Amino acid sequence: MAKRIDVSGLTAYYGSHKAIEDISMTVEPRSVTAFIGPSGCGKSTFLRTLNRMHEVTPGGRVEGKVLLDDENLYGAGVDPVSVRRTVGMVFQRPNPFPTMSIYENVAAGIRLNGGRVRKAELDTIVEKSLKGANLWKEVKDRLNKPGAGLSGGQQQRLCIARAIAVEPQVLLMDEPCSALDPISTLAIEDLIGELKERFTIVIVTHNMQQAARVSDRTAFFNLAGVGQPGKLVEIDDTERIFSNPSVQATEDYISGRFG
Amino acid sequence: MDITSATAAGPPPGPGNAPDPAERQGGTTTRLGDRIFLGLSRGSGILLLAIMAAIAVFLTIRAASALSHNEGNFFTTFEWRANSTPPVFGIAVLAFGTVVSSVIAMAIAVPVAIGIALFISHYAPRKLATPLSYVIDLLAAVPSIVYGLWGALFLVPHLGGLYSWLDDYFGWTGIFAYHDGAARSLFTIGILLAIMILPIVTSVSREVFLQAPKMHEEAALALGATRWEVIRTAVLPFGRSGVISASMLGLGRALGETMAVATVLSPSFEIGTSLLDPGGGTFAQNIASSFKESGEIGKDALIASGLVLFVLTLLVNGAARLIIARRKEYTA
Repeated sequence: MAKRIDVSGLTAYYGSHKAIEDISMTVEPRSVTAFIGPSGCGKSTFLRTLNRMHEVTPGGRVEGKVLLDDENLYGAGVDPVSVRRTVGMVFQRPNPFPTMSIYENVAAGIRLNGGRVRKAELDTIVEKSLKGANLWKEVKDRLNKPGAGLSGGQQQRLCIARAIAVEPQVLLMDEPCSALDPISTLAIEDLIGELKERFTIVIVTHNMQQAARVSDRTAFFNLAGVGQPGKLVEIDDTERIFSNPSVQATEDYISGRFG
Repeated sequence: MDITSATAAGPPPGPGNAPDPAERQGGTTTRLGDRIFLGLSRGSGILLLAIMAAIAVFLTIRAASALSHNEGNFFTTFEWRANSTPPVFGIAVLAFGTVVSSVIAMAIAVPVAIGIALFISHYAPRKLATPLSYVIDLLAAVPSIVYGLWGALFLVPHLGGLYSWLDDYFGWTGIFAYHDGAARSLFTIGILLAIMILPIVTSVSREVFLQAPKMHEEAALALGATRWEVIRTAVLPFGRSGVISASMLGLGRALGETMAVATVLSPSFEIGTSLLDPGGGTFAQNIASSFKESGEIGKDALIASGLVLFVLTLLVNGAARLIIARRKEYTA
């Protein structure tokens, strides 16, 4: 199921602007890796290069290699559509499809990827995914109601259910809790702890307590100044980053002595 | 500048002077400007309703007077001899022609318009999309008589080949039988109307598609959707009600189109089985073609047919609203 991500020498551009420069790191399977750093340091951009979403932005292009186990996502002849089927993503703002019911939202990915699936089989997958996202109990009686009618936290868990329904190898989360209240945030954090048994998880967060709570490894990104590309400062075990980081800038950022 | 009595004793109003608290709290006195504006807007609203009511009353009275003289059945008679004595007229042919030509126009124009709109909003590079949408908007500004002339002078002589082909393969249905006449038929009208409503349907649909939320498109992309699948899951459902509204705008134009139809069609008061044979008529075309040589009752009869067109348009719009409202809870 879960795969290792191996990034080497990755640089990403928006047109002529270099957003991130020369990033290399390894993400172990079945672990949670958190990306922290100030706004504009390129952590979201970097996350989006891991499932080739970056190039969807006009002018977006990438140099370097991202290996998923041994397959280069940016190799010649690799279809970005199939990459995104293996590397799922959850966004900052909950974005269930507004015209679809809860059920249809979860089934959306399967209907896209597989084409014809038997109804009974689809029912099983939907139930399993909703259970996986800790949402089943709350919605099992209203699967045919619109997904947009749920609360923000429920919507975000619905989006997680939608992402895991297609059984990806990796799950990318771009500040998944920043639009949620503390209780919903806690629910998602608990969920991340459960999901890492099955998936490789990478999460971007502005909340350092969250990074400390949920992640096994933490990567700190920084940029030298406005208009400069973001760089990876260091990546290490979360415990070490928050207690005794090897780079001074990391400690400054974590302890709030930044800038 | 004079102000209301409550503040007359206070300091004169001007920039920097806060409104009198007493005036704020009471809420009963308003400034002169507000009252003038309120009067103006209320007055124009009432005036508009009054004018509409007057028109409706006028039309209904005239129509009723024509109907009372009618010797034929207004709905089923295949004739329009409103100026003979006794007058005999019915709208069957007009209703058939109007509905059929508009349906053909919609069947051709809506899919093409959606295609063009999607191309402009989601496929074409910006360098191409901007001039293309500009040209489409320009097409909407061409006067309908110009379309009519183009239809009569270019479209009609050039449709013979298509009609023969349709006759060869679909002639057995009867609907597409063709007997080598000039192509001044309802089908030609349908094609012409399709071209005429294409710009409005396209530009409204394009605007709706452009507003499809980026976050839902990204959600679909992240699930591994191809470009077409993104459009199918995130763009088309979002744009659905907008496309219906756009189509209704187009249909309204097609139902009421006058000059282009009157220029191209060779009218007759019969309903043929074939859509390709010349003949037929529409409400608007019939009014335009017969109004000048109509007598008193003839004009009233035309007014009655115009009222039917009005009701038809209302029904179509109502139906569209129902369709849009049906899935309201699913629209964000």
